[in-house]
Amino acid sequence: MQLRFTPSEEAFRTELREFFTTEIPEDIRRRNAEGKTIYPDDIVTTTQILNKRGIAVPAWPVEAGGQDWTPVQHHIWREEMALNFVPDLLPFNAGMVGPVIAQFGNDAQKERFLPITRNLDLWWCQGFSEPEAGSDLASLKTRAVRDGDHYVVNGQKTWTTLGQFAKWIFMLVRTDPDVKKQAGISFLLIDLDTPGIEMRPIQLIDGGYEVNEVFFSDVRVPVENLVGEENQGWTIAKFLLGNERSGIARVGYTKTKLARAKKLASEITTPNGTLLDDPAIASRLADLENQLLALEITQLRVVAGSANGKQNPASSLLKLRGSELQQEAMELLADIAGPDSLPVAGVDAADANGTADVASPEWAQLTVPTYLNYRKVTIYGGSSEVQRQIIDKAVLGL
Amino acid sequence: MEFDLSEEQVMLRDTVRDVLTSTYDVETLRSVTDTDLGWSRELWNSLAEIGILGLVFSEDDGGMGAGPEELSVVMGELGASLAPEPLLGSVIVPGMLVARTADDAIRADIIGGLSSGERLLAFAHTEPGDRWPHAAVKTTAVGGKLTGTKTLVDHGDVADTFVVSARETDGTIGLYLVAADADGLTRSAYRTHDRRRGAQVELTGATGTRLGSGDASQVISDVEVATQSALCAEAVGAMTRALQLTVEYLKTRKQFGVPLATFQALTHRAADMYVSNELAQSMSTYFTAALADGDYDPIIASRAKLQICRSGRHVGQEAIQMHGGIGMTAEYPVGHYVSRLTAISHTLGDADSHLARLSGSVSEWDMVTVG
Repeated sequence: MQLRFTPSEEAFRTELREFFTTEIPEDIRRRNAEGKTIYPDDIVTTTQILNKRGIAVPAWPVEAGGQDWTPVQHHIWREEMALNFVPDLLPFNAGMVGPVIAQFGNDAQKERFLPITRNLDLWWCQGFSEPEAGSDLASLKTRAVRDGDHYVVNGQKTWTTLGQFAKWIFMLVRTDPDVKKQAGISFLLIDLDTPGIEMRPIQLIDGGYEVNEVFFSDVRVPVENLVGEENQGWTIAKFLLGNERSGIARVGYTKTKLARAKKLASEITTPNGTLLDDPAIASRLADLENQLLALEITQLRVVAGSANGKQNPASSLLKLRGSELQQEAMELLADIAGPDSLPVAGVDAADANGTADVASPEWAQLTVPTYLNYRKVTIYGGSSEVQRQIIDKAVLGL
Repeated sequence: MEFDLSEEQVMLRDTVRDVLTSTYDVETLRSVTDTDLGWSRELWNSLAEIGILGLVFSEDDGGMGAGPEELSVVMGELGASLAPEPLLGSVIVPGMLVARTADDAIRADIIGGLSSGERLLAFAHTEPGDRWPHAAVKTTAVGGKLTGTKTLVDHGDVADTFVVSARETDGTIGLYLVAADADGLTRSAYRTHDRRRGAQVELTGATGTRLGSGDASQVISDVEVATQSALCAEAVGAMTRALQLTVEYLKTRKQFGVPLATFQALTHRAADMYVSNELAQSMSTYFTAALADGDYDPIIASRAKLQICRSGRHVGQEAIQMHGGIGMTAEYPVGHYVSRLTAISHTLGDADSHLARLSGSVSEWDMVTVG
């Protein structure tokens, strides 16, 4: 039993920290710390700086541009990114379609897509969910019918995050409607400039537009854009979703939010001192810090136990608790802002959150939209209920 | 980062598990805990023979020279089996106090006797009105004569000798050895809700032998931290077993013609129990590793015990609920685990008191992190 990082791991951490704090522009990191990241520019700039250094996609296979790191090194990389306010890399490129193409793609696809996916020259979005296929993803209906050298795609995808910046979409489509639902799905790559595609924004409860619905009407997709075998899509989807869950706990990110909550609470005065002197607030903070520490150690247990590269079913625990703690941190920040969280913007509907010209500070104006936005994290990436189901089946045998 | 047990630790775990599970099922537990003693001398001798009683003491003093990791392994097995043998109260706690304060002769005598199973000690520290983390230590030591009331003395009913904390005339705290049959010492034994034993001890000018010199407050604090770690490990063993019993029950018990595991309303709560249990395991491991590094930090102790108390409550209460009526009965083990987990939560600080301590210190750090 040994819970300390080795000297070489500490040196690795120091080296990354040095790189992040000197090479990633300070204004990008400050905007991220304040919840005001500019899409897509900040993400593209950050990714390209990291990629130049060779650390934009360390989890990819080495031959695809990844790093031969230990699980602990990957953990330290994620942690240091968050603690130094380096914006999250685009998950659709770095965590999803990249690893899928590296694992299941043919040589031509690897050569064509991996370099531009790694460098974020090509922004991908995800076409999995449909109006009738949420947690029950395998019931998706979007059809792809073979017609010579093309598939003809018809149907609708939804919850397509940041699709407004995307050039391409990776999709799960139904290629065989006559077999068990999981057995008739394929994985397709589609250029969003192809005729017959329409993307419409969906406004969310925070007032923002980060998700979209995408409509496909007789969209002709070259068969060379099929990844893996026809009807092998479900296997690929499971591989992808397994990758999605690792790192989704976002422990480092929540740590920075709790530290921020503490600092803000200590700056708000009350008749009895500061808000941090309020026993209820101090207790909530101490409690959340402790729950986060317990999750961090659990994550390290999973990391240390995953050296063989196998997906650990305990990663469902990390998603489940990690998402809840992200939400609780946002909730605490909103409650610390209190009444100052009520104003959010100027009266013009196009005004961005945080722009109301009143005494309430900008950070306070942003807290409730963020709190509302973060209700998503227990829903996406396999809802909490799906994670419990996985724990029941894969861990407890229920 | 290494979370796995070493080969030797796995052997230790398996050996202890074999001894305990071959002794205790719930019926044997009930009959043994119904005796006046409340535990088994026979099992005690077996534990002495395989070196468990002397586990954490140095080889020079007659022990096995193992550390916090090995103690946690053993405590986890005691927790899983509900074994009522007073390893912590009669041996580890008073033994650690003696080992850290006494001169060579006393140390060899007492540690040797504890390791062989011949001696039983108890730590008489808390007094009426004390509540963790506060200990008034109003018992006085004047010229080696002790006067005061010590209560909630873990397994004080059978101790042949007490380690007693007392206030010196200069205001510092000293530790004294007092023989149980000394003039001026009387005790009142009691049973606990989790079928263990304890005693209240009255001292009226009883003669004690001072252990070491100087103020003993730091020694007491360190041993308290070590005790909390052992209790955390025991609690994790207990809640892990309560979860296992619940999962087995959900798979086998049928209602409405189908196994209970068919009902998502139950299985999703079992998944939450698993999460609680894993978080508790993580914090117990963290705590143990800190001690193994020589770091007896009361803040780490509070962090661990807060999580363990919370998880213990959650897992215990859900275990009873999901068993239904059978979980309420004394003939089924799950309720006994809950009683034990509750007792552990009320020993050396519960979730509320540890959270209060952490809340009081929350402005002393920017961020909580491992390492």
